[in-house]
Amino acid sequence: MIVARTGNEAMAEAMRQVNPDVVAAYPITPATEIVQIFSSFVHDGLVDTKFVAVESEHSAMSACIGAAAAGARVMTGTASQGLALMHEMLFIAAALRLPIVLCVVNRSLSAPINIHCDHSDTLASRDSGWIQIYTENSQEAYDSVIQAVKISERALLPVMVTIDGFIISHGMERIDILDDREVREYLGEPPKRPNLLDIDKPITMGPLDLQDYFFEHKRSEIEGMNTSLPHIEAVAREYKERFGRYYPVIDTYRIDDAEVAVMAMGSAAGTAKVVVDRMREKGKKVGLIRMRVVRPFPKNYLKELIQGFAAVGIMDRSDTLSTLGGHLYVETRAVLYRASHQPPIKNYIYGLGGRDISLEEIEEIFEEVLEIGKSGKVTEPVVYKGVRE
Amino acid sequence: MPLLEIRWHGRGGQGAKTAALLFADAALETGKYIQAFPEYGPERMGAPVQAFNRLSDEPIHLHCGIKSPKIVVVLDPTLAETVNITEGLPEDGVVVINTTESPDAMREKLGLTKQKVFTVDASKIAKETLGRDIPNTPMLGALIKATGILNFDSMLKSVEEKLKKKFPNNPELVAKNIEAIKKAYQEVGR
Repeated sequence: MIVARTGNEAMAEAMRQVNPDVVAAYPITPATEIVQIFSSFVHDGLVDTKFVAVESEHSAMSACIGAAAAGARVMTGTASQGLALMHEMLFIAAALRLPIVLCVVNRSLSAPINIHCDHSDTLASRDSGWIQIYTENSQEAYDSVIQAVKISERALLPVMVTIDGFIISHGMERIDILDDREVREYLGEPPKRPNLLDIDKPITMGPLDLQDYFFEHKRSEIEGMNTSLPHIEAVAREYKERFGRYYPVIDTYRIDDAEVAVMAMGSAAGTAKVVVDRMREKGKKVGLIRMRVVRPFPKNYLKELIQGFAAVGIMDRSDTLSTLGGHLYVETRAVLYRASHQPPIKNYIYGLGGRDISLEEIEEIFEEVLEIGKSGKVTEPVVYKGVRE
Repeated sequence: MPLLEIRWHGRGGQGAKTAALLFADAALETGKYIQAFPEYGPERMGAPVQAFNRLSDEPIHLHCGIKSPKIVVVLDPTLAETVNITEGLPEDGVVVINTTESPDAMREKLGLTKQKVFTVDASKIAKETLGRDIPNTPMLGALIKATGILNFDSMLKSVEEKLKKKFPNNPELVAKNIEAIKKAYQEVGR
């Protein structure tokens, strides 16, 4: 069914169709509507979900962990400071191998206080053991939330799906939503997994685990992340077969004969696609790489993909505050180490705190990357695009 | 239809965002790809606000701000003096403004030469029909009459359905809004 939905509405709609057993959540701008809309579904009896209204995001994730440990299908949503407040519990959810789905609306972290989009909140959680999927628009957000349920239950890892704050969360777009029945048939009952309420097979979760076994358990969690990519890909393929829409781990646009490429994630990648079209009309061979799955980092795909370009520009809506540059840039550099061909790369940090990035600015980035491709030289490896300085 | 961009100017509380959403929904029902998004600043009742639409026959990938809209709709007459409502407007652009003044007077005031200027006293229509100066729904009617971008009857039907959902216990309010849209459609002039 074709409908007009904001990103928040699209995510809440997906949650309604998933009909999770438990949602524990606390509202925060710009993700408030997800929780608010979902709570109205609960009130109206449209879902069977037990909704736990908690006093903080730390408690929200704690309640999600408890419910998931008891075997329930669990979802929640948050943004920015809320995700930061969950931080401690994120690691516990992942290490207990709990399939929780978290809808995150990307928003900058304080200070200064700002409610608009950048990716510093979820990227600050990148080492917490969660699978991370960054979406471009409301349609992909909707589809990815449904996919995330399947992925989390197969990989036995929690999954966060993100949308760009306000740009997507509060922007209304045309999307195609599935029938409730289709979604529920696709997801089925959650597969049986070890849980605290299985009295025939009692287990312990999260006890003290010192020098004797902690390392083995952590190693097993790491292996869970290392082997999660095939689950994500399998779900993407199944989803395409059933519903026709396909989202690869790394989305690419007009790269087949491209001389240079720009890499981005989130909503700006959509704008960059339009820039690619405009530049192609002028005969310039450029393409776009959109990182969709960032945890696990698809290192082999990325390495293979970017070795062929004369140069790559990397757009980051975040900075690692480490002197090294933005997150995507730092990780891409790591991937390129000892690659047989190492294209020159340049980092463009943009859009912090919701600063708009225009078509013209993205075109300037492409033009510069084309120049780098010709000269092979990068004079300033990390620059800030659209900032007054 | 190639990509069409619209900017709505209003004051906090006048329903610029709602108008953009209603308009996008109506366009969607004619098979268009749409976007509707507000500008989120430090919003206060009465402060100048903006909302935006994109319409196209093709999927819309753009997620940047709108700088040169083809159409500008102004819900509040006083904004013409405080905000640069014609910023980025191309020569073939269209301004639809809620004012008691004539199109020629507005054109002169805005310093426009080639662009089309349409005026309608949407505040009067809103007060007469809705009993309050909420000019957003009448301006929908004025916009459609001025630009012809959507079929008027199908827009009317879509807006009626949306308002019925929004105000399920107030059919009278829905009917008054529809009346306001029709009036503005008839009264807007160039």
